[in-house]
Order: sequence, then structure tokens, then C-alpha cells
Amino acid sequence: MNQQHLSIAQATLLEPTGLSDEHLNQLMQKLTNVNGSDFADLYFQYSKNESWSLDEGQVKTGSFNIDQGVGLRSIVGEKTAFAYSEDLNLSAILTAADVVSAIGRQGQDVQSKNIWRPQGIKPLYSELDPIAALDDVSKVAILEQADRAARDRDPRVKEVMASLSGVYEVVLIVTSDGRQIPDVRPLVRLSVSVIVEQNGKRERGSSGGGGRFGFDYFDSSMIEHYSHEAVRQALVSLEAVDSPAGTMEVVLGNGWPGVLLHEAVGHGLEGDFNRKGTSAFSGRIGEKVASELCTIVDDGTIADRRGSLSVDDEGNQTQNTVLIEKGILKGYMQDEHNARLMGMNVTGNGRRESFAHLPMPRMTNTYMQSGEHDPEEIIKSVKKGLYAVNFSGGQVDITSGKFVFSSSEAYLIEDGKITAPVKGATLIGNGPEAMQTISMVGNDMSLDPGVGVCGKEGQSVPVGVGQPTLKIDALTVGGVQL
Amino acid sequence: MSELNLAKAAEFAIDYAKKQGIDQSEVSLHLGNGISIAARQQELETVEKHNDAQFVISVYKDHKTGSASSADMSENGIRSTVDAAISIARHTGADPCFGLADADRIATQEKDLDLYHAWDVNEAQMLDIAMRCERAAVESSELITNSEGASVNSYSGLDVYANSHGFLSQSRGSQHSISCSVIGSNGDGMQRDYWYHSGRDAATLDSPEEIGLVAAKRTVARLDARQIPSCQATVMYDSAMAKSLISHLIGAIKGGAIYKKASFMLDKVGQEVLPGFMTIAENPHKMGAISSAWHDGEGIATPDYRAIVDGGRLESYVLGSYTARKLGLESTANAGGVRNLSVSNTGQTTEKLLSDMGTGLLVTELIGSGINMVSGDYSRGAAGFWVENGEIQYPVEEITVAGNLTDMYRNIVAIGDDYDNRGSTECGSIVIENMTIAGS
Repeated sequence: MNQQHLSIAQATLLEPTGLSDEHLNQLMQKLTNVNGSDFADLYFQYSKNESWSLDEGQVKTGSFNIDQGVGLRSIVGEKTAFAYSEDLNLSAILTAADVVSAIGRQGQDVQSKNIWRPQGIKPLYSELDPIAALDDVSKVAILEQADRAARDRDPRVKEVMASLSGVYEVVLIVTSDGRQIPDVRPLVRLSVSVIVEQNGKRERGSSGGGGRFGFDYFDSSMIEHYSHEAVRQALVSLEAVDSPAGTMEVVLGNGWPGVLLHEAVGHGLEGDFNRKGTSAFSGRIGEKVASELCTIVDDGTIADRRGSLSVDDEGNQTQNTVLIEKGILKGYMQDEHNARLMGMNVTGNGRRESFAHLPMPRMTNTYMQSGEHDPEEIIKSVKKGLYAVNFSGGQVDITSGKFVFSSSEAYLIEDGKITAPVKGATLIGNGPEAMQTISMVGNDMSLDPGVGVCGKEGQSVPVGVGQPTLKIDALTVGGVQL
Repeated sequence: MSELNLAKAAEFAIDYAKKQGIDQSEVSLHLGNGISIAARQQELETVEKHNDAQFVISVYKDHKTGSASSADMSENGIRSTVDAAISIARHTGADPCFGLADADRIATQEKDLDLYHAWDVNEAQMLDIAMRCERAAVESSELITNSEGASVNSYSGLDVYANSHGFLSQSRGSQHSISCSVIGSNGDGMQRDYWYHSGRDAATLDSPEEIGLVAAKRTVARLDARQIPSCQATVMYDSAMAKSLISHLIGAIKGGAIYKKASFMLDKVGQEVLPGFMTIAENPHKMGAISSAWHDGEGIATPDYRAIVDGGRLESYVLGSYTARKLGLESTANAGGVRNLSVSNTGQTTEKLLSDMGTGLLVTELIGSGINMVSGDYSRGAAGFWVENGEIQYPVEEITVAGNLTDMYRNIVAIGDDYDNRGSTECGSIVIENMTIAGS
């Protein structure tokens, strides 16, 4: 039990408008007073967001946002009713509760009275408010340093764009089974992007990172690292030749290329799609869906990570869920609603963009565990193929299983050697099929630097990915060179 | 909060900012409410009520700027949001290009553009519409074996924009939509597709049954899709996908990308960027359209009509006041984006385009975002149909289409008259020669 989190949550979300345990009872009564009510919750949220951005060598714009409100949800069988209020006064929340309780026929007026059980889980990150913890002059200085580090690195750097953002979020989740669960969530991110020019040709490179901690993470060496990395990528692109087109052996680097797993496997293993039978992985638990070299997990419990949560947005503790073990499909990622309907356990994957959005099963940090191969050995095994180390994002059609992800830094492999850099190209495959053709897995698992954003049904949440270097025997590379 | 109160809140904010010694300020306020009903397998699945409020202020002082936003429109809430913006502006750098739009460009002629149509339906009726839509899809073919459901949405909002030049406008708008997504299967894998229609006036929407039928037809047509060998071929983007090509072009001529030299369209004004038969124009005053407005996001009067590309020639960039000043140009009244694009056509129907193409790929879906806006390099995942002798042969998937946008635009050979009237861009199918398809 983390008393400090509960105190922060109550002081931020309940006390300003005088909401008491009695009031929460009154609200919950309305949400659950429906025939056949299965579950209801209140999601109180306060969110503060600040961002600064630099171009042409100076921090030109900054913005500051505060949002707060409560989302109210009631579930009856497969039906969900949802409303929210940005006003945290009791009368406004009661009005929203009336809307939600109209979902079904009113049940008997049972005077269920919850003895609220505040619950807390050992936090995976500090409760510090990153925005308040650093003065504005120092935030501006971080961006100015990023600008200088990039420009000093190479005279071909013509423009530097950098942005710094911080989020401080306080939530209190109140559930119909009598729990009150607080969480306090910091999140920061620094992004650096450069434009380089050589003989009239321009290219872009970008880098960045972050996580659930304060801005002090961005010390001089980290800032320099991001800026130099952005410049390096842009300079590589200047030399890039046309990318090959067609199906070939593809070696993916470790870390951020784990976006492969997020698209090819992750989304298809979210509980909602599988309950509805709309995923290419539906009904396949126990089947072999990847090569035996693949063990893939979704782990929300890694300290300080961007994709981690001490508790999910339904108040359930996050966990390390094995999705695929040695190629065999082991389980799905579940929220309350879908776990109940499927008769499975919740996995702490119920997430929402904000109080104004309904929760659904979402990924946290999704990664593949290390294998046995030396990464160099993997490269050496390829006669002719592609080595892709950086990506700009992806997408999946969970029903057909087709996924894409777009490389932003890739090289040809010829006779076991990395040769010319090639221009960005989209890679496309079928999740369950492509995963079967993974023939080598490196011993160098790493997680991404903390920049991932996942979109699903219009809701964005921060996520993490990771993987070791790995080889896919057949993947279609969308270049222009036949 | 009513219309009157929203305007008062705007005036209060600008007045308060002025009292704090701010040179200029501008505010946007929004109130909206809506309802979304989703049905799946002929049962209610979700009811969502939306109720949104947003207040955003930007302040300018000594050529420095800061902005802040909040949902709290009480006097105290407004004061602390304005204070937050002022605090930001203390630490940003000065740029003489910052500031409100020039006073002499501010719109004076208010126009009623027919943007608000309430939809007089209750939740039970919305549920009925969703169920009719889904039923039409599911019952249309035995190959439709599952459903992601149908949803019906209705949203109305009130927007106020005001700035310290004394400009204040308020407008009420609505948007309603019906959508449907179903799964098809013939034992050999599943396919999913969807269809939707949206508009400001629910009376103009296609019937729920029509929308359901199109969703089902698109889904069934995708069954048994296969990969094709890599090749160089002519590619036809159907009218829904063709809009993405127009949107990449607009993205590349936005002032922000141009002054940062981060666009493949840099220095192309006055040059032929498209074939001579192509004109792209914006129509900000189109009655009842999704993006219509009589002023842009800074209060500048929008034109009735403006050709952005005329006879293939790029006429100007897409600029707001800041980016225009950076480039030494005049704003094109595009703060907040372009409004209602229309793309000219070369007169062919879909069938005629296919028959003129002879052999090639018809693209009906694109996934992923493999576009480099600095170099114009383009590579996206695609699904569609292989065409021979002007006839659709079979569905295709797990392929990519690639090229460089600069070349792709020049290689456009035809645009159909088969406009997709949804959304804010009117464009027919586009046929592009000589693209690379990667497959097996």
C-alpha cells in the first residue's frame, strides 16, 4: 500500500470539490443499479502536459495544458455504457452517472455499501512532477544544447528541430468491487531531428528517448548522444542508394526494430479481437505461431520504462505476460471486460488515452527474449539481403494478419557483409507466417530508447518495444530496385 | 456554457492578458457534445456520451510567444491558463515574425456556410440505424461470417475564435456518421473491410443499408487475395486512396516544412509539379462542407476559391502569418489547414480508367506511413486488385507500391470523374505509370 500515492490522488482529485467516500458510494450505486450489472468503475484523472520546441537555433514555442475529469463506465454482459465529466463537482458527476445507468433496466434498489479498500502497488517509477522539478530556463537549455551538439557535429547540418515534453498524471480508479487504486505517473521525452545538405541533396535524421522519470535523465552526454545519432542517420541517408524490391532474407537490428513484434504479433494478441474472433490469431492458443526460437512477452513491470505502469487504467497490477513461448501461442493481453467474457485472467493490459476514452486491451513493453547467436554470425549467414536497423512506424490489419513497418535506416547485405546504405522502404508480411520464418535470434536483446506511441481506435498510449538482432528468411521489401 | 458565455469568456481572457502587459493575444474556445452508439451481432455494444470543453490561448510579448490550454473556463481557470501562457513566453526566444495576423487582412464579412444541422434522433433510433446497417452487411452474403459491428455517431460543437485586434467569431457546427466493418471468410483465411459515410447534415448520409452493403461487398471482394511477383507497373489509386496523394502534396507545400527546408517541394512555386491537365483548388465557402469557414485559424478572410496548383503549375505554398513572414510572403489564409479541396478530372469513369490502363494494379487500401517528406521517397503497403485487359482479375495483398513522389506526380496519366464525396477532398481515381510493386 502506497500511502503517499493515495494522499496525492485524494488531494488532487477528490478534496478540491469535497468528494467523500459517501459520494463515491452514491455514484457507484447509480452505475451498478442495473439488472445484470457485471462491473463498473470511475476513473479520476489529472494530467498536466508541457512542451517546448526549437528550430533555427532557438526555442520558439512552448505550450502548457491541464486536463482533469472523471470517466464513468458500467458493463452489463457484452454491453458497455460510458460518459465523462470534466467538472469534478458531485452534481456534474451524478448527471454523467445518470446517463451511464440508462444503459439497462433498473435493478432492485439494493443498498450495496462499499467499505472502500484503498489499494496500492509498489510503484515502478517516482511520483515526482517532472514539470515542476526543473525550472524553465534549464528546460530551454536542454534544447539549446541539443541544437549546438548537432551543429558542431558536422557542417552539413542545416537545420535542427528539437522538442522536449513532460507529463505529470495523477489517477484514482474506483471499482465496483470496492477498490480504490491510486497511481502517479511522470513521463518525459526529448526528440532531436536534423536536416543535412550536401551538393543540393537534403536528408533527415532523428533520434530521441525518454521514460517515466524527471528531465534530469537528459544530462549532457545523453543530449549529445541523441544529437549525434540524428546527424549520423541523416548522413547515412545522404549516401543511400535505391532499396531493393522483392522477397528476401531480412536481418533486423536489436532494440527499436522490435516494432516488428508490436505489429506482427502484439495487436493480434489483444483480448478484444480474440474474443470477437476477428484476429488472425483467434482460437490458436497452444498452436505453433512462430519459430521455436521465439519467446515473446508483454512486460508492464520494468522500472522507469515509457511503456510501464505500476497499475493499468483499471487498477490491476501490470505483469510480465508470456504471449509466445518457443513458438507456441500461450495467451492474450486482457482487460477486465474481455477477460470476464472469455473466462480468462486479467493481465493488467487495460489502458485508455484519458478519462474521456474507454479502456481496452493494449500493449505495454512488448519484446522478444534473447537467443543464442552472435549478431555478427547472423549477418554472415546472409548471402544477399537487407539489414534494417531503424524504423519510423508500422501498422497491421489484425484480421488478415498483414503488417507493415517502414525502415528509415537500412543496408544491403552481400556475401555476409554489410555494404551500401539503402533508402527507406516499407517491409510487409503476414504475422503468423513471417514469425515462422525467423531462423536466427541474437543474444543482444535491448529495449527501445523510449519514444513509442501506439494508436488503436483513435486512442494513443505510450508503449515500449524491444528485441535481439534476428533474421527473417522471407519478408517482402518495398523498394524500387527490381 | 452558452454561445454568449463562450464569447464572454474569450473577451475576458483577452482583456486579462492585456492587463498583464501582453502585446497581442488570441484565443480559441470549443464546446461540444455528442453520442456514439455501436452495435455488434445485432445487440447494443457501447453507448458513449461526449461532452468536451477546450480553451486555448496564445500570447505575444516583445516578439516572443507562449500558449496554454485547459478545459476550465471559469474566470479563475482562464486566469491561470493565461498566466501559464505568459510564463512560457518569458522563456521562449524572440522572432519578429511572431504575432497576430496583420490587422488589414482580418475578415469582416461574416458568412453563413450552413454548417450546423442537428440530428433529431434518440439513442434507440441510433441503435436501430446501426443494427440495420450491420444486418444489411451480414445478410448480403454467406461469406460474411463475423462482424466488428456498425456505429452511429452524432456530434455538435460551438467554436469561438477571438484576437486582440478586436475580432471575434462564433460558429456552430455538426458532424454525423454511420460506419460498418465486417469479416469475410471462405475457410482459407479471413478478410475485413469497412465503409462509412459522414457529413454535417444527417439527411445527406447514404442509407445505413447502402453503407452496410458496400462494407460487405468490399470485404467479400478481398477473399482469396494473393501476393503477386515484384514488377514495374501502372497503378490506379481508387478515389478514396487517391486523396492520400493530394494530401502528401499539400503537406509538402506547407510553410512550416518549406522554411525549415524539410520538403521535396522546396522552391517549386511557379514550376510544373503535376501534369498540365491537373488543377487543385480550395473552396473554403462551399455550403455545408466539412472544412468550410469564412476565416482561417487567425481570423484572415478566406477566399471563395483559390487554385493551389493551376494547370500543373504550383501557384503558391500553403501559409499562415508566421510561415509567410518567415518566407517574406503573404499569408494564404491557411492557418489551420486547407479547406475543401477539389481536384480536376480527365473525364473517365472508373471502368474507362481500368480499360485504358489495360494491365496494372488497382489499389483500394494503403497501410503504413513510409513517406520521406524531405526526399519524396515513397513506399507503402497496399491491397487491391490485379487488372488485365481492363478487367479485374483477382484480389492482391501483401505487396508494396513504391516510387518518388516528385516522379509519381509527373507520371499521373488520368484522373477519373468517379469522385468520392466523403471528407474534405473531392478527387477521382488517379492512374500513375511506372511504379514499383514489391511482392513475391
